[in-house]
Parts: sequence; C-alpha cells; structure tokens
Amino acid sequence: MKVLVPVKRVIDANIKVRVKADNSGVETNNVKMAMNPFCEIAVEEAVRMKEAGTAEEVIAVTAGPTQCQESLRTALAMGADRAIMIETDEVLEPLGVAKLLKAVVDNEGPGLVIMGKQAIDGDNNQTGQMLSALLGWSQGAFVSKIETAGDNLNIVREVDAGLQSLTLKMPAVVTVDLRLNEPRYASLPNIMKAKKKPMDMTTPADLGVDVSPRVNVISVNEPPAREAGVIVPDVATLVDKLRNEAKVIS
Amino acid sequence: MSILVLAEHDNETLASATFNTVAAASQLSGDIEILVAGSGTSGVAEAAARIPGVAKVLNADSAEYGNDIAENIAPLIVQLAPNYSHVLAAATTFGKNVMPRASALLDVQQVSEITSVESDDTFIRPIYAGNAMATVQSTDAIKMVTVRMTSFEAVADEGGSASIEAVSATGDVGLSAFVSQEVSVSDRPELTTARIVISGGRGMKSGDNFPLIESVADKLNAAVGASRAAVDAGYVSNDFQVGQTGKVVAPDLYIAVGISGAIQHLAGMKDSKVIVAINNDEEAPIFQVADYGLVADLFDAVPALDAELG
Repeated sequence: MKVLVPVKRVIDANIKVRVKADNSGVETNNVKMAMNPFCEIAVEEAVRMKEAGTAEEVIAVTAGPTQCQESLRTALAMGADRAIMIETDEVLEPLGVAKLLKAVVDNEGPGLVIMGKQAIDGDNNQTGQMLSALLGWSQGAFVSKIETAGDNLNIVREVDAGLQSLTLKMPAVVTVDLRLNEPRYASLPNIMKAKKKPMDMTTPADLGVDVSPRVNVISVNEPPAREAGVIVPDVATLVDKLRNEAKVIS
Repeated sequence: MSILVLAEHDNETLASATFNTVAAASQLSGDIEILVAGSGTSGVAEAAARIPGVAKVLNADSAEYGNDIAENIAPLIVQLAPNYSHVLAAATTFGKNVMPRASALLDVQQVSEITSVESDDTFIRPIYAGNAMATVQSTDAIKMVTVRMTSFEAVADEGGSASIEAVSATGDVGLSAFVSQEVSVSDRPELTTARIVISGGRGMKSGDNFPLIESVADKLNAAVGASRAAVDAGYVSNDFQVGQTGKVVAPDLYIAVGISGAIQHLAGMKDSKVIVAINNDEEAPIFQVADYGLVADLFDAVPALDAELG
C-alpha cells in the first residue's frame, strides 16, 4: 500500500507573528519557517507504517511557492521515499488544496492519506475532511490511534466528550491529532540522503485544477490587547482581590 | 432565504453550543431553521423548537445519524443546503468534522470558527492562534460557517414554539462504522461552559498532582483544564486541553497554575474575563495576560488557596 502524506510549510510554531503595517496579512519576510507540527506527526506515522511493513511507499506532497520544497525535504529526511511538489504562487484555500490532492491521489492511487488536522497558520481544520469528501472515501478526523486490520482501519478520534473509536473502510483519509506519536528528528546522514531522493514537479494547471480563491481577505488586524495586571504578594491578597475587586468568587 | 443551524446534541440533550450558534445566526438576515440529525431525537427537536426566534426545526431521526458519522451526515446537509443562504455549526469536534465534508461536496470554501458577524457575507476569524484577526468575505452562493462558541452569548432556551418537520433520511453510506465512545465522566462543570476554569500545566510535574487543583475546582464549582504541555506529558487526557488545538474557553475566571503561557495556550483562554496566573517563574509570558499574578511555588500556593477558600 502507498501512503500519501500532504505537508505544509508554515511560520515556525515558536515565532510570535506580527501583523503587516498595511493590514494585508502577517509578516513572513525573514521569519523562520518550518513544517506544520501536525504534518510532522502525519509523516512520522506514515514512516512508522513503512517500518512496520504495513506501507510499501510513503509519498510526501505539498503545494505552494518554490520554498515549500524545504518541507518536502524534511519529510524525505524523516523517511518518506519520494515527494511531489505542486508549485504555485496563488493564495491557496483548503478547498483548492483538497482538489489538488485529489488529482494527486487519482494519479498515485494510495490506499491511505495521512495528514495534519489543521495548519497553525490559517487554523482552518478543513483540508483532510474536504479531500475525503471529494474522493468519496471514509474519514477519520483528529485521530490519536491508527491500526490497520485487513481492508479496514481501526482508529481512535479525539472528540470534545472524550474518545470515539471507529472502523474505517479503506481507502481512507485520516487527520492526526497531537497524541498520535512523537515525531523523530531527522539525523544529519538522513538529511544528506534526502537531497538525493526523487521530487516530481507539477503545477495546478498540469493537474487541471482551478485554485482561484473563494474568500476575500479584507484586512488582517492585531487582536485587542489585554491590559497589564498586577502581581499580588500572597494567596490571601489574591483571594481578597478575586472576592472584592473582580467579584468573580463569593 | 433562511439560515440553517446544525444542532449539536447527544441524541438526548441539545448541547449548549447550539444556543451560541443560533446567537450568531440571529445576526444574519433571514429566518433561522435548526437541523437535528441523530437517532431517537424527538426530545432534542422539541428542545430546539423552544428556542425563541427559531422558525422551524427539521428532525432527521434515523439510525445512520446516531453516532456523529461525518460520511452519513454530510449528504443530508448537502441535500438541504441549496434552500438556504447560510449553514452554521459550532466549531466543536462535531462541527469541524462534518462541515468541511459537506462544504467540499457543495463546492463551497467554508469559513471556519468565526468570532464576529460583520454582514451577511463578511466575518471575523482568528488566524495564527488568535495572534491576528482576519476579516474575510465569502463569495460562494451558500455560506458554510463554523462558529466559535465563546464569541456569541447563548440565546434563551425557552419561549419559542417552532414547528417540527420530519426530514427523510439519506441512508448509511457504509464507509465508517461506530465501535465505541469513551466519554470522560466528571461531576464538575463542562470545560467550555464553566463560569470558572482552573488549569494545570507542565509545572504540575505529574498527573498525580492534579488533585491539588481538583480540590480547588470543587470549592469554586470550576472545571479543570490543562495546557498542551501537560497533555503531551501524559498528566491528563486530551479532552482537558485548552488552547489553539484544544478547546477554547472564556470563563469569568481562569486560573492558570504552572502554565508558562505559550502562544498556543493563550489562544484558548485569553478572552477570559479575569485571568489569574500562579507560576514560580516571574518571566513566564502568562503574567503578560494575567489580571492577577502570583509568583510562587504552586505546591505551596495551591494548597494555601484551597485552605483560604475554606
């Protein structure tokens, strides 16, 4: 079975983003970028499936400007076998990305797509579910456990009330949550080896997909700031302030 | 055109998220109708019909809708959506699972987790863990929208008398089968709706120390939460997680214990009315958003707080 892992390059999770002065978006020039943390978990899971013998080949794919190849190289260094780069300077929305990924799935025929549940830039949490819909496949969103069982996939999903266990018919799209695994760091020899692994280049036009945006971004603004508070000397003062000043406890 | 609100429920009780979603819908122009998709949902449909301002309740009561299976519920939404200008659902794990599936089938780019309605096609939503707020305008004919619960004050649950109409089921597509649901049982209030929340972070050092804050929670009738670091370290399960990728809360009082205040955590709690931080590191970023900060060892301060509350 082939496993396809879509990944996204985003501003590094540890960077505090700044809104651009013209309110058109956030500053991305000279800002440290990295693979979206949920995508790392997805790559890790696919590589583990290959190591365990349940997957034969792990293919990483991304879409975006040329620099996004970095995230594909990271996936290759973590253990993916080859990569597909869909190059475009268009602003991509989840629906457009899902259509691009569907075209890749149609070409490659994977039995499973594993991807992050959300990217930490747009925070949309849509692409996996949309891809699953467009393919007419089963859908496991926010997954913290994956087990293959013949033609089925047993998964555990993180839901608001607790945990939901489902059996998915394969092929399937799963989106991963934090507790699925702890992604490995790529070793230096593997980073060197990754440079020689194959990367196919394509474009939305080659794939026959229209990715024109449907949502106009009118402006991007700073969130309202909280006023600075006070440091209290001890617990008694804290409780007194909460009772008599903030009046939030009785 | 009318607005369709997807109800959130467990087949028995209408969940509070529905009342927040109706509040968002009431800021749009058009009648509000509620879709209840589930199994054995007559009670839920009746509760939905009692919400003031709701014109009609559509009750899709069939076994294949009973376990929140997205592959079964999405076709129902797809079938109904062309009759509406908007379809709204709460940005809960249920809404986040089902709505994008339905949106893709409708060829609509969904707008996720809005915090404000600016007009019928324009919304504000947080991006980058709430470090920026984007004002976005949907150009699709049907607006598919999920709603951040904490940004819309719940509407009343009594006073309305909408009609209830049965909707024919779309069938089991046979892709996912429900196995079981492990529901975290607690006598404490639910995290997303509690008036007071007390959360523990990596500073708690172990899940064995969570009873320290649970004791305080019980005295304040508070819910217990946790940072992602505490969940990652295995102290508590993921349904406790407050933050960008967990739950978003906005209680009257939020007490952060042993939480440094990473961007990802602040994203889930910085709209709380009053924030208290207890941390032994006075440089911790949590103090920048706290109304009241206490620089202290939590293993002294939390038992002292417990005692002070009687």
